[in-house]
Amino acid sequence: MARLSYEANKQQEKTPMPELDPLERAHTFEEVALGYTAEDAMREARRCIQCPKAPCMDGCPVGVPIPQFIEKVAEGDFAAAYHLVKDANALPAICGRVCPQETQCEGVCTRGRKGEPVGIGRLERFVADWAMSVPPACQPAEPADVMNEMEEDALRAEAACVVGVVGGGDLQPLKQSCSHESATGAFGSCGTRLVEAAAPDGRAEDVSASAFDAEPGTDEAFRLEQEGDLAGKWVAVVGSGPASLTCAGELAKRGCSVTVFEALHKAGGVLTYGIPEFRLPKDLVQREVSQLEGQGVRFELNALVGKLYSIDELLDEKGFDAVFVGTGAGLPGYLGIEGEAANGVMTANELLTRVNLMKAYLFPEYDTPVYAGKKCVVAGGGNVAMDAARTALRLGAEVTVVYRRGRDEMPARAEEIHHAEEEGVKFHLLANPVRILSTDDGWVSGVECVRMELGEPDASGRRRPVPVEGSEFVIDADMMVVAVGSKTNPLIAQTTPGLDVTARNLVVADEETGATSKPGVFAGGDTVIGAATVILAMGAGKRAAAGIGDYLLGK
Amino acid sequence: MYPIEQVEHLNAEVTRMVVRAPEIARKIKPGQFIMLRIDERGERIPLTMNACDPQAGTVTIVFQAVGATTMRLAELKPGDALLDFAGPLGNPTELEGARRACVIGGGLGTAIAYPQAKWLHDHGCEVDVITGFRTKDLILFEDELAACSSWHKVMTDDGSNGNKGVVTAPLQERIDAGADYDLVLAVGPVIMMKFVAATTKPHGIKTLVSMNPLMIDGTGMCGGCRVKVGDEYKHACVDGPDFDGHLVDYDDAMRRGVMYRSFEAAAREAAKGRLASEARDCGAAEPQRAADERKGA
Repeated sequence: MARLSYEANKQQEKTPMPELDPLERAHTFEEVALGYTAEDAMREARRCIQCPKAPCMDGCPVGVPIPQFIEKVAEGDFAAAYHLVKDANALPAICGRVCPQETQCEGVCTRGRKGEPVGIGRLERFVADWAMSVPPACQPAEPADVMNEMEEDALRAEAACVVGVVGGGDLQPLKQSCSHESATGAFGSCGTRLVEAAAPDGRAEDVSASAFDAEPGTDEAFRLEQEGDLAGKWVAVVGSGPASLTCAGELAKRGCSVTVFEALHKAGGVLTYGIPEFRLPKDLVQREVSQLEGQGVRFELNALVGKLYSIDELLDEKGFDAVFVGTGAGLPGYLGIEGEAANGVMTANELLTRVNLMKAYLFPEYDTPVYAGKKCVVAGGGNVAMDAARTALRLGAEVTVVYRRGRDEMPARAEEIHHAEEEGVKFHLLANPVRILSTDDGWVSGVECVRMELGEPDASGRRRPVPVEGSEFVIDADMMVVAVGSKTNPLIAQTTPGLDVTARNLVVADEETGATSKPGVFAGGDTVIGAATVILAMGAGKRAAAGIGDYLLGK
Repeated sequence: MYPIEQVEHLNAEVTRMVVRAPEIARKIKPGQFIMLRIDERGERIPLTMNACDPQAGTVTIVFQAVGATTMRLAELKPGDALLDFAGPLGNPTELEGARRACVIGGGLGTAIAYPQAKWLHDHGCEVDVITGFRTKDLILFEDELAACSSWHKVMTDDGSNGNKGVVTAPLQERIDAGADYDLVLAVGPVIMMKFVAATTKPHGIKTLVSMNPLMIDGTGMCGGCRVKVGDEYKHACVDGPDFDGHLVDYDDAMRRGVMYRSFEAAAREAAKGRLASEARDCGAAEPQRAADERKGA
């Protein structure tokens, strides 16, 4: 009886991912997780039992066809796997590294009910990295740990129950009608063409769009496939973070002429200035950006919209048909406690921008310096706090993370907390900084904290931390990093008449289409929902691209 | 890339540079700044606009070669190009409505005070100008400022130009003599702005100062440029760079200003090394490297 197209792997734990040794990596900015080999990936892919309802897909904000791509990985058809992933997710190499899989796809994986879930994020990363390296051919590995049929039946029956499928005899895994041929487009030569239509003032005069490798054809449908249904439309994308890159990519796929405006000198937004090299190599981000350029997306750097151009100017003088605002949540949050402006105290944004964007860890080879103390306190429990802590550690500091709730409430990805601990970051949980002590000349000398206990759940559903009276204590420090959330930059709100924003300067936008109160202006990502994750921003960018498409086609 | 059109060394320390940046030239106003980066390894430095020419599409900056970046900047020639030049950043100085103003520039600050004085003069305001320098060889914009002011006094620390003293002395004299200022602008060292504000405060004269703290991105993101104004910290890049001179905590600004001092010597040494090596290979490698980095941008 035909079941899986591959022999399942009953191994309870994820196939381990090779990592740099914790002691070694605590001193280097090189990437920590080294990625799967083809053999590792196929072995891990074979842990997927192709359960019929695929709960993992509901857990994915951009709807990656997870079982289908994993099946292709298991079969060793990495090109097909990549095509399936890339079709749904514009930035797979990035998501595979920074998505909080444990609360999304992997959090609901059937295999996770007994043992560890399938390493979906690791597999996604693998296929993206494989595609970037485009190896000549991948030899399938020898299968290992093959499940016997009975075990496989038991697991799959359980899966069927979990997802509420009445187990008939037909447990044939889902097959995507995706041939190897269809995947070649992703790797085939991406030709460029010149758009001969007169370009409105300020827009690129020659814009290349993707031309897919396909069989020659003549009908209208084929023309649309070649040029896209948005050919001749112009969209400005403001900001170049994950929401914007996704939106730009989706629109470019449909033949739309897209210009991305970025305030800084490098594209990528938080992927470039925020997330450290050791977690997300910057080369990789720039390769994703280059890939978009290959699709015809134009990047205008050093262009702060709201100052250099207003949204109205983009729509009127510059002649764009629509604008997507994906400006993120880039303003730092503060603790608002005494001593926060002492020398040696910085926001996580400052530390990370110096190190990631400006490469201050290579000072003086690079001109931007970064202050690093011997003892550093990091306030916060999110991914940014983990990034800051691990960055300070690599700059030579002993690092203590202070977080006001408990371990279970930390919003950071489990893997980041685990990596930080392995590298020697200390955690002081259920503690909150109340005052920063400084020397006579104004440098931080210690952080006074109060112990906390967890009370009733608050609006976010997490138990509210309550200070324990009289429990103050001081942690010695000559460096402190504040990583307690970030806010939206009010610049777009202030300079765009007719754009509704909330009291917190979040842009009000339709969740499905990204449409704002201003016709032709769409928004998505952190600028709409406040500081969240890369993948949620990408989901919003993707939906907004569809919304923009409908708007441009008058639907 | 942003081509450099003109370079003029105004004195041994200060250079004026005209950079081609047409979009910025259309928008930038007195008091606003740009952030530039020379090349791929360069740092981002903020420089407040000295002049702009929307027709020619140029922005003029004036800088003093005191740090690693400005030392390297001063070596560039017409025909060279800057890798990055972003602006306009910050808010324009609020000049509208002033009828009787005193514009005060200290050292390099004079370069920024000049467009403000000119704007006021061009818009019908009666302008007094006081500038201060260490010594007469460092005096800047004397003719330009004389042309847009009804009264102009240049002070030197060493008295080498015949007027020994600080800028607050003539300011106090003018106020005592009945100058009815409705606006005083001060741009220069923090200590100078502190004493200008202290001089005008008893008279309740609106005083704006231009703060120039440490800055990285210039867009409100990093918080490095925090300035204490009244009871709160503001970001000079997005809330300033001009603030109410009577509310700024200058001592706090000076304390924060030394945060990276210990790095500056190392940066200068490294810059000198790079200048030497760039001189050796005639600067051929660096622009290529920069060009590669920016391919398609």
